[in-house]
Amino acid sequence: MSKKPELKKGDPETTGHSWDGIQEFNNPLPRWWLWTFYACIVWAIGYSIAYPAWPMVNKATAGVLGYSTRAEVAKDIAAVEARNAGINEQLASVELTQISADPELQGYAQNAGGAVFRTWCAQCHGSGAAGAKGYPNLLDDDWLWGGDIEAIHETISYGIRNETNPDARYSEMPAFGRDELLEDEQIEQVVNYVMSLSGTPNDPALVAEGEVVFMDNCASCHAEDGTGDRTQGAPNLTDAIWLYGGDYDALMETVHNARYGVMPEWQDRLSEAEIRAVASYVHGLGGGEATPE
Amino acid sequence: MADSQPEAPPSLYAAREPIFPRRVSGKFRNLKWVIMIVTLGVYYLTPWIRWDRGPNLPDQAVLVDLANRRFFFFWIEIWPHEFYFIAGLLIMAGLGLFLFTSALGRVWCGYACPQTVWTDLFILVERWVEGDRNARLRLHRQKKLDFRKARLRLTKWVLWFLIGLATGGAWVFYFTDAPTLLRDLVTLNAHPVAYTTMLVLTMTTFIFGGFAREQICIYACPWPRIQAAMMDEDTLTVGYREWRGEPRGKLKKGKLDANQGDCIDCMACVNVCPMGIDIRDGQQLECITCALCIDACDDVMAKIGKPRGLIDYLAASDETSERAGNEPRPVWRHIFRPRTIMYTTLWSLVGLGLVFALFIRPDVEMNVAPVRNPTFVTLSDGSIRNTYDVRLLNKHGDDRPFRITVAGDPALRVQLEGTPYESVTVPADSNYLQRVYVIAPPDSQPAEAERTEFRFWVEDTSNGERAYKDTIFNGRTN
Repeated sequence: MSKKPELKKGDPETTGHSWDGIQEFNNPLPRWWLWTFYACIVWAIGYSIAYPAWPMVNKATAGVLGYSTRAEVAKDIAAVEARNAGINEQLASVELTQISADPELQGYAQNAGGAVFRTWCAQCHGSGAAGAKGYPNLLDDDWLWGGDIEAIHETISYGIRNETNPDARYSEMPAFGRDELLEDEQIEQVVNYVMSLSGTPNDPALVAEGEVVFMDNCASCHAEDGTGDRTQGAPNLTDAIWLYGGDYDALMETVHNARYGVMPEWQDRLSEAEIRAVASYVHGLGGGEATPE
Repeated sequence: MADSQPEAPPSLYAAREPIFPRRVSGKFRNLKWVIMIVTLGVYYLTPWIRWDRGPNLPDQAVLVDLANRRFFFFWIEIWPHEFYFIAGLLIMAGLGLFLFTSALGRVWCGYACPQTVWTDLFILVERWVEGDRNARLRLHRQKKLDFRKARLRLTKWVLWFLIGLATGGAWVFYFTDAPTLLRDLVTLNAHPVAYTTMLVLTMTTFIFGGFAREQICIYACPWPRIQAAMMDEDTLTVGYREWRGEPRGKLKKGKLDANQGDCIDCMACVNVCPMGIDIRDGQQLECITCALCIDACDDVMAKIGKPRGLIDYLAASDETSERAGNEPRPVWRHIFRPRTIMYTTLWSLVGLGLVFALFIRPDVEMNVAPVRNPTFVTLSDGSIRNTYDVRLLNKHGDDRPFRITVAGDPALRVQLEGTPYESVTVPADSNYLQRVYVIAPPDSQPAEAERTEFRFWVEDTSNGERAYKDTIFNGRTN
């Protein structure tokens, strides 16, 4: 079957193995190849002494150069922070309304603010800032406490209904049902009146009585026309935006139990430059308002 | 199964046999000189050609501007998103190599490969300094390092090093303004990357051209292996007309014996070979088809009064044909075949496609990325708003005002982030990211529909150039 091919004179030795008659010449390696191979061995020994390499019981050998990837990252972060120190200082000291006037500062604030937002704010307000039930949508043009950059900055710095900081914005809606301030049928009447303010389908028979209840109990905060009051964080009830839902069931629950949304202060965790960056970012999401003259 | 054992363990390595190619002259050598002058000339001089593009753009004709992500080639400017032009050129290069390999075998290796061209140049320098083959052999065999040998070696190495330096130097000029960089290099103000690149390329040129030479082709380059798979029986390679030359033998009293073939075993073909092989052993992996042995043999054939072409460009199919007594076939019969014509057609089609794409490229471009987190936003008056990240590309050499409008549904209204106007200024030769809001009033068709198709238009208001992108508006039921 397997016929051994004739070796010619001058052919190199074979390895001595034969597979179905196929044999392999035992050609020597080129010299440079062998040297490269030895050099790699020497290099590997030196490398394993200089760098972390050998696994021991608890951890690997550290290597005489003391290199670690963690230290590299710390060095990189420190370098970036040092590089941004100047612009951060500028951001922290400039008038808030003047940030957008400087394209370089504005660009930096938008990018840095986006990073801060995704790290600290996205948990409640969502990575796209669209919010959720009870957590305001920051993209729209409706603001509980004001939507100019200074109001946003104040909200972020101190928080909302945050009891650890006396400067935090504070207001509290009474729990009209739970605390028995209103009868159940009065609540039903006022809910139908509130629904009529924003054009939501309602029971017209209850609206007239509801208006009376509203004027007596709600208008002091939400204003007589229902447009709310930003100094008290009282939402506008006439628009299309509802933080906790605008249907009958949600409004019944709101009036019965009241709502108490809390936001922490950030001035103890973020630097002034970071707060200003994220304020600028939120202001630029599409609903930002101009600062009143 | 081990059926034989070597008696003594073989050496772990084989030392390289040094090769001392003899000088040769002839038509293929002349062709190689011309190709060397042209290719090296193009390589060294191209970065110095100037091309005026206006005040905001570089005036270097060929520039790979990595920092700003631009490629300039005379009147053509390529942006990163137009990288398909490079892909197209690479496809053409691939098809071109198929074409040349199927028709002419390893012609690239023999004439145009940088390894071949620079090695050829280095051997030329070696010959100028140390003399031709016999002188170099004597110098190599001389064990004692006397003053003459040291002087010759040092002179050769310095010249090689200078060529290497020019090679590495020319490379870095392609990536930044050449005159500025040359001044910075000389005054030691250039970026460390420039010096490092030059050092690496200088040393690779020096080592590959001076010392590694044919070993790169034999051990390092994958191309010889790939090419073998692309060749067929009509592919031209350098071959020896064994049927004419054998049995070989020396001239006896200046005459050929009647029984002997045309080969007089003068070793001219072996002595000129830069790969150190004997072409008379048949086709070999090492042969780069540089055709210098053809020139050497033709010279000898002329001297002994025999027809040229004992060693010649031959195809595998020629052997059977010529052994049967047929005349040698002309070269063009090997080259014009269905296979090569098909490669040429494909190559031309890709090329024409690229030229066409180049001419219809607009100077204004726009990319639209709908922001879908969230899919839409309800505004306080009940309007529905969608957000789009619109990237505007201004390929002109000056700042241009771009106006953004929408078409497709009369209810849709457009608003730009950060500006009350509907135009933005896009800086020269750059792209600009603008956040754009599209708003549908309450109860309008697009606000209520699940999806509405519409079109973004961008117009350069200074000259009316326009571009568009179609996208989708999400309504409240989405």
